[in-house]
Amino acid sequence: MTADAVLFWSLSIALVMLGLAMGIAAWRIVWGPRAQDRVLGMDTLYLNGMLLILVFNIRAGSQSYFEAALIIGLLGFAATVALAKFLMRGEVIE
Amino acid sequence: MTDAAQLPLWAAWVVTALALAGAGLSLVGAIGLLRLRRFYERVHAPTLGATLGMGLVVGASILFFSLLEGELVLRDGLIALFLTLTTPVTLILLARAAVFRDRTEGSEDVPADLHH
Repeated sequence: MTADAVLFWSLSIALVMLGLAMGIAAWRIVWGPRAQDRVLGMDTLYLNGMLLILVFNIRAGSQSYFEAALIIGLLGFAATVALAKFLMRGEVIE
Repeated sequence: MTDAAQLPLWAAWVVTALALAGAGLSLVGAIGLLRLRRFYERVHAPTLGATLGMGLVVGASILFFSLLEGELVLRDGLIALFLTLTTPVTLILLARAAVFRDRTEGSEDVPADLHH
């Protein structure tokens, strides 16, 4: 096997695994059972989406989507903190 | 595919092993999110992907692009640094919000209060 084929097939498997992890996180978002479970599912969803973009970058051999991964990491943090604050206080900015 | 064919075969296998281990750990964390019974158990599971899984995938990316471009490319380290700083903050806030909600409702399933 060439280096090309090794990378292509194994990274495809890694992409499928991360996609499956995103699917499980989406299941948690939809079927809860409580609000904190849904927020935790969303946290997992964006994290695995970010890893998916990183693996896709390696598979494509270009850094085109690096900024996308970085922005998902940044905004996901802000979103989860805001939602946790909302669950605790009923308001985000008091 | 791309010009990844320039990579030596051993490097392809190392990148592969790192990426697969990282993706596998993330999947294990997600399965934990699915199968564990209580919220306070579930909140631990995804951190497997957020710490070691993320570290391995970022390591694979750094190694791959460093070899491809012939110089040290540390851009992806930025993601690793940022996630390492933020993951504990987000999850402690979420866990505290869940504790607050459960205590307010008088639920039995709440960790003990250590301050009183």
